[in-house]
Amino acid sequence: MEFFFEVLIGGLLAGVMYALVAIGFVLIYKASGVFNFAQGAMVLFSALTFVSLLERGVPFWLAFVISLTAMVLLAVAVERAVLRPLVNRSPITLFMATLGLSYVIEGFAQALWGAQVHGLELGISDEPLELGGMLLSQFDIFAAVTAALLVLALSLLFNKTRIGLSLRAVADDPLAALAVGIRLQRVWVLVWAVAGFVGLVAGLLWGARLGVQFSLSLVVLKALPVLIIGGFTSISGAIVGGLIIGASEKLAEVYLGPVIGGGIENWFPYVLALLFLLVRPAGLFGERAIERV
Amino acid sequence: MFYQEAGQFSTRYTQDHRVFRLRQDRYGLSTLLLFAFVAVPYLGNDYWFSAILIPFLVLSLAGLGLNLLTGYAGQLSLGSAAFMAVGAFATYNVELRVPGSPLLLSMALGGGVAALVAVLFGLPSLRIKGFYLLVSTLAAQFFVTWALTRFSWFSNNSASGVISAPRLEISGVDLNSPVGRYLLTLAVVVGLFWLGKNLVCSELGRNWMAVRDMDTAAAVMGIALLKTKLLAFAISGFFLGVAGALWAFTYLGTVEPHGFDLNRSFQILFIIIIGGLGSILGNFLGAAFIVLFPVLLSNLVALLPAGLIDAGQIENLQKMAFGILIIVFLVKEPEGLARLWQKFRERARLWPLRY
Repeated sequence: MEFFFEVLIGGLLAGVMYALVAIGFVLIYKASGVFNFAQGAMVLFSALTFVSLLERGVPFWLAFVISLTAMVLLAVAVERAVLRPLVNRSPITLFMATLGLSYVIEGFAQALWGAQVHGLELGISDEPLELGGMLLSQFDIFAAVTAALLVLALSLLFNKTRIGLSLRAVADDPLAALAVGIRLQRVWVLVWAVAGFVGLVAGLLWGARLGVQFSLSLVVLKALPVLIIGGFTSISGAIVGGLIIGASEKLAEVYLGPVIGGGIENWFPYVLALLFLLVRPAGLFGERAIERV
Repeated sequence: MFYQEAGQFSTRYTQDHRVFRLRQDRYGLSTLLLFAFVAVPYLGNDYWFSAILIPFLVLSLAGLGLNLLTGYAGQLSLGSAAFMAVGAFATYNVELRVPGSPLLLSMALGGGVAALVAVLFGLPSLRIKGFYLLVSTLAAQFFVTWALTRFSWFSNNSASGVISAPRLEISGVDLNSPVGRYLLTLAVVVGLFWLGKNLVCSELGRNWMAVRDMDTAAAVMGIALLKTKLLAFAISGFFLGVAGALWAFTYLGTVEPHGFDLNRSFQILFIIIIGGLGSILGNFLGAAFIVLFPVLLSNLVALLPAGLIDAGQIENLQKMAFGILIIVFLVKEPEGLARLWQKFRERARLWPLRY
């Protein structure tokens, strides 16, 4: 039983990492209705920029600021080159555009910084910590705390500032927001920049764990079932979804793996998400769409 | 001046319903087919057959498969490569376990198995829509690759799931040479495109388009959604399955499950975006673009002074160029290359007048 809880909590903590990537998606989807497949590429780009600067002797905080600036510039470029010309087009078109965008960002990041694997040391030892008889990864706990702080900061931004008010207005009803004088394009830039910041944090945590390399952009595929379970429009949904996916993935790997064979973590979250969808087609916290003819 | 319908009258409804109403179109197509079947085998060399023409034809077919599902029936899918893999492995197993099964029959059976798998993963499409459906097709993508690698029965217990082509032979005619493989591919592709074109002109095709444009409205009009969507998945799966079998046996010769990974699915999606969603001709144009573009790009780089662009950077450049092109196409010409061709035709009808 103790082993069960150890696996469960380990899984929950791993789920926090998935949720971190998923939050970036939710921000963009809420504000601009774009299903941003390039979020993974953004995670890769930001982490690669950060670690390459660090390797060239730039101090930690400066590297962080420069990476963040790069993400803001990226947000401006995306708004100019992709969102503005494609305004009012179907969501599928926008999705495919972000697919193209992810190719551009991945190619650019690797052309700029090279394709080799970079190690990233954040100064947290990955030694297991004993808590109440269970062995837990210290790094996972650090990641969970970071995620909690990030969510706290985001909710403060959304609920206590003027900017947050306009973000929520756009998410609620873009046309009404335009009518009361909110500049949609500025909000888009802002929200893509915030998503870039979330991507940077996720990139640093994932990068410290896996090494900063191309496979970092594939975390997007891990975040997708998380989004499906949580719903595309809810940050708390993304977190709950991440926890569910993380825990069930680990439990399945430990208990189901020996029965049907290892390596199931690639597809298991998707099948789980599919089962959830059959019960709740808009995710746990998603907005139920009402269709009119 | 040369391309106009003046003087061509339909005197019967069947004439009016023809796929190619213009005499010029019919003659043009016949000439093209004649050229592809008769002249190309004499003119082409092994490089052209193996590296350009065969992948071009197979990718066109795969594009058609996805286009029926995404472009016509409006169901977004990222699992095309999985259905190709199922087709390839099913064909291999039919050839292996049913001795003496004719090649074309094995391919059709392989396509049939792929259709069944596609229906299975298409079942959720009635309840979930849009992006949520991506999950179902991605589940197919990851599950199929995993299952084909995990259970070695599928690859006859070969190491890491690699399968090799059976002898390509139709009623005693040996087709293992590059020309033979080209002709086999061409015949299958032309046959299936004929089928596909007729399908989208049929009632089923119109139902697909109604479902794509708005499925609630289609249901209100009395179109059976489940049947229409599942048929789209099944037929798309069949086309993709046959394309997968051709990819494995006439193009590559040997293939492993990871040859059909997510990037292949993206590639096929790009074919239909660039070629044109909801267009039959677009599949050829998109596939030609996807096959020729890397060749062109590496030739262009070779023209530049040596050392200006590192060889390792070509791949990154290619990736960026692809991404930019996708965005440019979506912004400037959302209906793809097929639309450009249509515009050209409209101009040609009026030429030399402007309008």
